[in-house]
Amino acid sequence: MNAGAGTEIRTGFYICHCGQNIAGVVDCPAVAEYVARLPSVVVSRDYKYMCSDPGQELIKQDIREHNLNRIVVASCSPLLHEHTFRHAVEAGGLNPFLFQMVNIREHDSWVHTDHAAATEKAKALAYAAVRRVRFHTALETKRVSVHPDVLVVGGGIAGIHASLTLANAGKKVFLVEREPSIGGHMAKFDKTFPTLDCAACILTPKMSAVGAHENITLWSYSEVVKVEGYVGNYQVTVKRKPRYVNEELCIGCQECIRACVYKEAKFPDEFNVGMGKRKPIYIPFPQAVPQVVVIDPARCLQVKSGKCKQTCVEACADRRAIDFTQREELVQIKVGNIIVTTGFKLFDAKRIPQYGYGVYPNVVTSIELERLVTSSGPTGGELLLRDGRTPQSVAFILCVGSRDYRTNRWCSRTCCMHSMKLAQLVREHTGADVTVFYLDIRAPGKGCEEFYDKSLKDGIQFVRGRVAEVTDWAVTPEEEGKLVIRAEDTLAGLVRRIPVDMIVLAVGMEPQSDAQDLRRLFNMSCGTEGWFLEKHPKLAPVSTFTDGVFIAGCCQGPKDIPDSIAQAGAAAAEAMALIDRGYIEQEPNTAYVVEEDCSGCKSCIPICPYTAITFDEAKAKACINPALCKGCGTCVAACPSGSIRQHLFEDEEIMSEIEGVLSHA
Amino acid sequence: MPDAAFQPRIVAFFCNWCTYTAADLAGVSRFKYAPNVRVVRLMCSGRVDPQFILSAFSQGADGVLIGGCHIGDCHYSEGNLKTLRRFQMLRRLLRGLGIDERRLRLEWISAAEGDKVRVIVNEMTEQLRALGPLGLPGRFEEWDREAGRTEAEAAGSEAREEAAHA
Repeated sequence: MNAGAGTEIRTGFYICHCGQNIAGVVDCPAVAEYVARLPSVVVSRDYKYMCSDPGQELIKQDIREHNLNRIVVASCSPLLHEHTFRHAVEAGGLNPFLFQMVNIREHDSWVHTDHAAATEKAKALAYAAVRRVRFHTALETKRVSVHPDVLVVGGGIAGIHASLTLANAGKKVFLVEREPSIGGHMAKFDKTFPTLDCAACILTPKMSAVGAHENITLWSYSEVVKVEGYVGNYQVTVKRKPRYVNEELCIGCQECIRACVYKEAKFPDEFNVGMGKRKPIYIPFPQAVPQVVVIDPARCLQVKSGKCKQTCVEACADRRAIDFTQREELVQIKVGNIIVTTGFKLFDAKRIPQYGYGVYPNVVTSIELERLVTSSGPTGGELLLRDGRTPQSVAFILCVGSRDYRTNRWCSRTCCMHSMKLAQLVREHTGADVTVFYLDIRAPGKGCEEFYDKSLKDGIQFVRGRVAEVTDWAVTPEEEGKLVIRAEDTLAGLVRRIPVDMIVLAVGMEPQSDAQDLRRLFNMSCGTEGWFLEKHPKLAPVSTFTDGVFIAGCCQGPKDIPDSIAQAGAAAAEAMALIDRGYIEQEPNTAYVVEEDCSGCKSCIPICPYTAITFDEAKAKACINPALCKGCGTCVAACPSGSIRQHLFEDEEIMSEIEGVLSHA
Repeated sequence: MPDAAFQPRIVAFFCNWCTYTAADLAGVSRFKYAPNVRVVRLMCSGRVDPQFILSAFSQGADGVLIGGCHIGDCHYSEGNLKTLRRFQMLRRLLRGLGIDERRLRLEWISAAEGDKVRVIVNEMTEQLRALGPLGLPGRFEEWDREAGRTEAEAAGSEAREEAAHA
């Protein structure tokens, strides 16, 4: 069936209307008519939806009836449906690579308004493809086995859920977390919206399950530093930072913390966002997993100066878990798939100085309030002002660092609900009057609108308007000693001054500050805002452009806990699909050397970033290892004698395409 | 005065991972731009052989646009660096051939920069419209005719000389 040299080329051409998506701009029947008259074209049709079953059936039927040996489909982007049509071609009995796709939707009908010009462009592109496909040859895909282990990067709720899903299915998981404990942002929350169930009660069992799971290797206080290889076969280097405590030996009794030469905890504690205090040797929070203490090298006298009585070592006694000789360690692992769940960072409220964060002590961020109302927090769950009084009135300012051209344009999606939850907690704890300043209330999740209703009924005041400033400059006696919010109430149409005791800034989410480094590390893309880019917003929401690398949770964009977990499950399922199949089919677009033409100049060898090209001394020819070649084609373009060629992107294929797009007038 | 009716023809070589995807994104976002560009998809901008560019110009392209991932972001780690090197060499070569450098453009457009595709294509179309047609195929024909005439003249004079000697 495969057309070899000398066989007559018989091409079938199909142009898709895509409903009105293409046909609304491009005159599809006219293109089909034009292509029908081109040499080698036997069948030329236009059809409403080529990707539909009847559309694909059309191709299969024509291949058999008209003995076609080349197929061209003009429709959407090949990145979307090339696989679909290749399968149809194969099902019709033809090698799937005797096919070429023309993008007349994303690159034509959707971006041009001039119908005549768009139709001409479609003709030119179709002509080029009909010319190109003549040079296509039958190719075989290469199968590569998939290593069954998975790396999950980031131990927030998304990473925890993905790891557990995979581990429960019997897959071995390496979970790498930068901080000393897993748990991420969720571990800091008191309750979760809209159910007001205790965050720790739902998270802690999952964290312990990770710590105890026989299929999960948990490396906390560690970072991925290098990723090599490709889907199914990644070699990853993980840096394990010294925690000066042997994880195998420490049982988390915390005797060492009590024994530390610092009698009082005096250093700001990260878990309580700097509001609590800890010692140089500490456990991040009571439910931390792993339950292993950690020594802060920037604070510990022994690490810093080597001159400490080492009372911690004494306290540890014969367990001997404390080990000041620990050094940074690089560990190499092999995995088949990688799930990136590196999360977000909170907007720095100091960037909007008019809200007075860092100036007025009773202006706090939403996460700080979260720690203040939780019983495990620095105040034991008592919500107090900095001077120890109980607040009588609290105001929330929404969209701090969200939906704002001056900072971040996106909606952080969770702050409306998060603030309403905190507002309810504030009322519960103190009975204070609560006013929420909002732009729009966004409560689209399940049960969220009902929660908003409940907030209204509970007497929480909502004022629509972006707050102009926060000041302590009182102009009336009732403003004395209070913080005053100045804002336009856009529903009442007047500027208001509202005095309150405490102000909560609902800070938005931002990509991690090292998101760009991570993106390069895992060969992913970022959107302009810095969130990791999914392969397709609807059809491949947890895949990236690099096969075998998946994303889940807030590293992809702001989302709440249920959505993060749903994505994590999806990413785990995608990884499992590859593992359970056991192999991946690689695009056969590798480069190869035509030995007769190779002069042995070696100019290609240093060009290859994958060291796929070696020099065969005996033959004095270059030699390409197809298993290492990733098909970029850089060596092909560089070869001075034209002896390196590339499957699917042969010189004559590209040349005929150039000729094609230009010779159609 | 540039001819407003002149429709420049641009051949674009876009890498699969960044710029081609950006052009797809421009489509999905329904950004409107000039219909003068014809995209040839390659896996990497590093695959762009200088011959592709010369061949495009010689066959009637008024401009050639190469689109790749930003430096440091290449899907194949460093293919775009090779492109950059070739591009600089080619611009010098084009200058030597009397082709305005602005007709060859190299742009780094990431998968997220759909709008940049619109901006660059529109900008380049306007610039080429101002430059006017390159018209190499026409010029080749002219040169062929000129060469033909010179040959014919040479042959004629030779024949006359031979006749004179006879």
